Amino acid sequence: MVVESRRDVAKLRERFGDAILSVQDKRGDAYVCVERDRLARVAQFLRDDTELAYDYYVECLGVDYLTWEHARDLEGRFEVVHNLYSTKHDSRLFLKVGVGDGQTVPTLMTVWSGAEYPERETWDLFGIVFHGNEQTQRFLLPDDWVGHPLRKDVGLGGEDVDFDLGTKGPAVEDVQTPHAGESFEGKAGSEDISGR
Amino acid sequence: MAGKTFIPSTETVFQRTGESTMVVNMGPQHPSTHGVLRIICELEGETIIKAQCVIGYLHTGMEKEAEFQQYHKCVVMTDRMDYMNANGNNLAHALAVEKLLGCQIPKRAQYLRVVLAELSRIASHCVWLGTHALDLGAMTPFFYIMQQRELILDLFEMFSGVRMMPSWIVPGGLRGDVPEGFEERLLAFQANFLDELGTVEDLLVENPIWKERTQGVGVLTGTEALALGCSGPIARGSGVPFDLRKAQPYSSYEDFDFKVPIGTKGDVYDRFLVRLAEMRESNTIITQAMANLPEGSNWTDDRKVAPPPRAELDTSMESLIHHFKLYTEGYKVPVGEAYAAVEGSKGELGFYVVSDGSAMPYRWHERPSSFMNLKSLEVLAKGRLIADLIAIIGSIDIVLGEIDR
Repeated sequence: MVVESRRDVAKLRERFGDAILSVQDKRGDAYVCVERDRLARVAQFLRDDTELAYDYYVECLGVDYLTWEHARDLEGRFEVVHNLYSTKHDSRLFLKVGVGDGQTVPTLMTVWSGAEYPERETWDLFGIVFHGNEQTQRFLLPDDWVGHPLRKDVGLGGEDVDFDLGTKGPAVEDVQTPHAGESFEGKAGSEDISGR
Repeated sequence: MAGKTFIPSTETVFQRTGESTMVVNMGPQHPSTHGVLRIICELEGETIIKAQCVIGYLHTGMEKEAEFQQYHKCVVMTDRMDYMNANGNNLAHALAVEKLLGCQIPKRAQYLRVVLAELSRIASHCVWLGTHALDLGAMTPFFYIMQQRELILDLFEMFSGVRMMPSWIVPGGLRGDVPEGFEERLLAFQANFLDELGTVEDLLVENPIWKERTQGVGVLTGTEALALGCSGPIARGSGVPFDLRKAQPYSSYEDFDFKVPIGTKGDVYDRFLVRLAEMRESNTIITQAMANLPEGSNWTDDRKVAPPPRAELDTSMESLIHHFKLYTEGYKVPVGEAYAAVEGSKGELGFYVVSDGSAMPYRWHERPSSFMNLKSLEVLAKGRLIADLIAIIGSIDIVLGEIDR
């Protein structure tokens, strides 16, 4: 496997041993699955080790695997994927952790300050709580929104539009609209029609 | 919060740090916040001691919607994310889906994608340059540079019939080849563009008022920028020579000769210079791509993804069935996940797609460049005057469609 021979993967395995649950090659990219409790330490090491130097925090995202029918890399309902990049070595690494419903993931905000926004977004849309970056305020969604819409048990939904099904409107006779049903044919437009 | 009426106010979303400070709410309808960004500032006199961005006013749930759409229908949503750089978004989405599909794109299509993406970059920077100058009180550049952007949009219209949302780059290739007369029109545009850009540069680059407003304002170091997740012109303005077109070339960028401009001080003025230089570099890339445009098809050979040629529909029943099935059922994408990124006009722009083997994505996520860059605003505004905040917002170059999605 190509990824196993990568220097960063070898160093992670050597340093953290069984905290690295698995390493996978997915279309040329390295995905490292990490134990949830050790995530912050692994991240710290990735940033600070001069040979690895993952200095650029790209983003993180959540995935809800509730209705997934294929093999999984990790246990737990959700996965959080951190996307990291080293501008020194031009290499990309994905750190993955599995999270169950009601469990928390340590925040990486203390390692890379840029993690704050995507973690807040992930909480907002999935309800995954980041320990150290707990939120009470909605981020992308309106302040009075209930629930986390990107979860798989939430339907596509949409806003209900109030269609009155022909009970009111200018087509119905008993409306208050002054000019309803009136034809303007033959009217020049200059005559005063305001008084009616 | 269910059951009781919640009235959001500045007090509920903002915690002030000082006693004798003043909290000023800016936006979401403020013209210089470039859309519906809301910033709550805490002021000590005229100095900002804390700034907080409030976003989400344009959130439309595109990532959820995509889970119910076939891959080729997701394309139109990508346009509407960063609507200033629509081709770049189309390209990033196409690359991510193609990575999952494992299909090869002919050289001609790759070159044409580069032309469209670079034109989009120039158009996006034109809008940035015009509005950034407008925010700081220089009105003339706006008129000059928006004319150039209009010409680029005319070129897009020639390609796709649409000016801002072309959706022309799709997984598998491009919807069509170069239209007749496109090259002449592109050359005519290019012949004048550098002069017109020069006019605007003459108005601003050595302008003492412009320099006073932008130099030394919003200084960000390279390390800080990367840790904040900033990429693109913001990171490069801070002296980080990071450009995905060079670092991890995609769509044949390795074939072209271009420079990556970087700044030295990392202030608003440096980011301004970097973007100006980038427009010139994009222009040379377009020239090279059009001059060396290879012969070939604009679609991949993989007939599972590409529609059959129009002529075949008249003679071949199989092609007709295939065409029908492709546009009603879509194509099935192998199980797995992939991330592909491009250097957008605002920074790294990527798509993370998880597929469960069906014709619709299981999870579809954009790595929004403006969203990640926005965090730097809170950092840069601290300790600056409120007038500087306007300069800093302009230099970050945000698009709210991408931030809120």
